[in-house]
Amino acid sequence: MTDRHMDYKQVDHKRRRLLTIATSGVGLAGVVGLAIPFAGSMSPSEKAKAAGAPVEVDISKLESGQQLIVKWRGKPVWVIRRSRESLEMLADLNDRLLDPSSKNSQQPDYAQNIYRSIKQEVLVLVGICTHLGCSPKYQPEIGIVPFDDDWKGGFLCACHGSKFDLAGRVYSGVPAPSNLVVPPHQYLSDNVLLIGDDEKVSS
Amino acid sequence: MSFMTWLDDRFPATKVTREHLTEYYAPKNFNFWYFFGSLALMVLVLQIVTGVLLAMNYKPDVELAFASVEYIMRDVWGGWFIRYMHSTGASLFFVVIYLHMFRGLLYGSYRKPRELIWLFGMVIFLAMMASAFFGYLLPWGQMSFWGAQVIVNLFETLPFVGSALSEWIRGDYVISDATLNRFYAFHYLIPFILVGLVFLHIVALHKVGSNNPDGIEIKNGPKGNKWSADAPADGIPFHPYYTVKDIMGTVVFMAIFFAIVFFVPEMGGYFLEQPNYEPANPLKTPDHIAPVWYFTPYYAILRAIPSAFGTQVWGVLAMFASIAVFFFLPWLDRSPVKSIRYKGWIFKSWLAVFVVSFVILGYLGTQPPGGSRTLLAQIFTASYFAFFLLMPIYSKMDKTKPVPERITE
Repeated sequence: MTDRHMDYKQVDHKRRRLLTIATSGVGLAGVVGLAIPFAGSMSPSEKAKAAGAPVEVDISKLESGQQLIVKWRGKPVWVIRRSRESLEMLADLNDRLLDPSSKNSQQPDYAQNIYRSIKQEVLVLVGICTHLGCSPKYQPEIGIVPFDDDWKGGFLCACHGSKFDLAGRVYSGVPAPSNLVVPPHQYLSDNVLLIGDDEKVSS
Repeated sequence: MSFMTWLDDRFPATKVTREHLTEYYAPKNFNFWYFFGSLALMVLVLQIVTGVLLAMNYKPDVELAFASVEYIMRDVWGGWFIRYMHSTGASLFFVVIYLHMFRGLLYGSYRKPRELIWLFGMVIFLAMMASAFFGYLLPWGQMSFWGAQVIVNLFETLPFVGSALSEWIRGDYVISDATLNRFYAFHYLIPFILVGLVFLHIVALHKVGSNNPDGIEIKNGPKGNKWSADAPADGIPFHPYYTVKDIMGTVVFMAIFFAIVFFVPEMGGYFLEQPNYEPANPLKTPDHIAPVWYFTPYYAILRAIPSAFGTQVWGVLAMFASIAVFFFLPWLDRSPVKSIRYKGWIFKSWLAVFVVSFVILGYLGTQPPGGSRTLLAQIFTASYFAFFLLMPIYSKMDKTKPVPERITE
């Protein structure tokens, strides 16, 4: 009987500890290995990645001061034809803005100008507030408005009170930290915009 | 051999019943504030039952979700009743939990040796908030969509990992079908995690025994009562004394609950918000968006902090901190006494400041942002945090009253 039950003193504790550590280590590696596909399955799928084809917009019927909203990659994109007067007012706002000269890269290089656009009067913006992603409201009126005593026209985010001018530049002292994003875009012809693609398309 | 003997040999049925009900001696002076623990448990069960029934008719698909909720409201037998119970239950769950937590603040129930009960409770609170948030997307109304948009974007503000994290949460670059589907999965999962957490909360409670409005330990008092020679003299068995008391509370609560379900299920737009009767439109944010009332205090804190150094992460951090700070409460309170009954005017005033701050922030969170309201939110955010962060100082300075040896009537 006694030879069948190992005496405790005869146990090789060093070997036992090594085996315990090695076994636990393999178990832990298995858990980590499983966590990767588990967590990975929650990231955007191939289908989600593939979505987001560029959209064509005909702006021939867009009147001065009018806003057109199109959907690109599930997000609203605004196309607005600004009036001459509102373009002239853009420069007066500089000291009330956080980034008046658009130093932050919120726009492609070809839109890094005072109007933040390719054609002066046509503004193209992703209509998503840079704060927490609400879609701000177009507020073209000028003068005293409930949220501003000297409003020059622009956008107000009703969610958290961020204000942007008619070039999508953010006011200072509001929650949003940067200007609205100008998406990559180009003109296929005088009145047809392509949003989401600025690689030269042969037309 | 009786059935109970047969059972007890295989499962500790009698033992557990005794330890946790008939021979669990709770202090004899529980008052009004002690209704809310059992009420919370009941509401959780009610939410699970109504939720499972809703799940039988709901479809987590952006094309079908909104219509399936309307189908439940109009065509499913009793569907409106089940859904209004679920939506009213969600709001009242928070009412009950806020009162339950306030009871802890009043009587120092988070103090040693009950720190872990408080921590489990806070994890329960977080899980509840997560479940409420996931559930709110499911009807796929305007408020569902834009609420989820804002909350998921909170994670986007974190440096370095932000955008990858928010894409991982959404499973897409925008709130989409993938998001709705997974939020449904989480909304169904979390209640069962809650049940597990409630179990731990109660196990920890029964290990150390219940606190009471006097904030003294009945275990340290004299021994011997009507039922047992070595039980605390000031304790009474949980069953039947407190089970019967809790039934009384439940009856009153259910009367209020069904009055809401039958007469004011939307509660003037506070329980069910009007924009949510419009299907989600990713191109247009409603003119005024606000979370459901139980999230508004934290939302007001989020909005109160302006962006700085080119990032809006500060508001997000402040909002998370406003909840995280509760976890530290057991170690922030340095008063020699537990209960408000024996604390001095300094602590009482600070508690009043906190309650006022919480309520006013809650109100401000429902309102559109604006000049003076932003300033008010900043002031009350400061006093909200001051209650916690200055507590180690003022709770020590406070002049306390002598604590009785035994429970007072």
